[in-house]
Amino acid sequence: MSKMTLEDLRKLRETKKLEASQRDTDGKETLVIVGMGTCGIAAGAKEVLDVMLGELKKVGNDNVIIRQAGCMGLCHVEPTVEVRTPGMPDTIYGKVDATVAQKIVHQHIVDGHLVNKHVYDKPAADIIKQ
Amino acid sequence: MHFSLCDCILDLVQNSVEAKAQEIRLILKQSEDSFIVCIDDDGRGMTEQELKAATDPFYTDGKKHIHRKVGLGLPFLIQTVSMTEGRFDIQSEKEKGTSINIEFNFKNIDTPPLGDVISLLYQVMCFDGSFNLIVERSYIDDRGTDSYKVDRKEMQEILGDLSRVSSLSLLKDFIISQEEELKTSWSSTS
Repeated sequence: MSKMTLEDLRKLRETKKLEASQRDTDGKETLVIVGMGTCGIAAGAKEVLDVMLGELKKVGNDNVIIRQAGCMGLCHVEPTVEVRTPGMPDTIYGKVDATVAQKIVHQHIVDGHLVNKHVYDKPAADIIKQ
Repeated sequence: MHFSLCDCILDLVQNSVEAKAQEIRLILKQSEDSFIVCIDDDGRGMTEQELKAATDPFYTDGKKHIHRKVGLGLPFLIQTVSMTEGRFDIQSEKEKGTSINIEFNFKNIDTPPLGDVISLLYQVMCFDGSFNLIVERSYIDDRGTDSYKVDRKEMQEILGDLSRVSSLSLLKDFIISQEEELKTSWSSTS
């Protein structure tokens, strides 16, 4: 691949926009939040985000937003990923590695089934607002 | 401790974003022997005492996590640098900003691996917030310097919301192509 210029990038963006507008999506957004505090990073959150992005790109769903959060108080089960998708309960996954990240994309976001053994939806006591 | 140097850097940039910085500059200068990292921000900064405390692993202001007794971001970095004969310097002024200068020493066997620069760069770009971030990445050898620059505002103007999967993957492709070009020019000159 030759070096991409800003102009190339702009053109690619336009093509992608067109593709997205032709695809039939019902306008409902999925939100994926990866914990990127010191604890998350030390446990491998960077790789998890990388895998999530790659899988979501493969799946081709453009209605997904990826955000990074700081520590959410679940340091003992980092890396953590929170998924909010229509038709599913808001879920926090813990002990996520590359394989689990793939499962979250295909099983949770695409097929609508929880990835059972990794659900850790109760934040630790020190972060719950009194 | 963090596994790679890029993990340390991601942690530091996150500090700048959390300190409400509007302008962040990240400089990564790599050579065969060393990796120089500078992070400058105009965030809320620290007083002399706060700065001293921030480098102590058993200090935290206790605001973010009320029962927590440790703050490990900076201490991890200082530990890494001091055990590998690197260099670390931090300057901070209250309400003005913070500036960090690090030199990692590739010659020391205990220096952690560099890690994944590509994921580091696209991930710092998609932190939440209205800040601008300019990354200057370069590789230096005795024949000269090759470099590229990524500007968050410019990327947002071209790609729209960077947290959207399609925009983020394009951003990643862009950074991959810049990084590959950098690597091609290293190998062709050596």
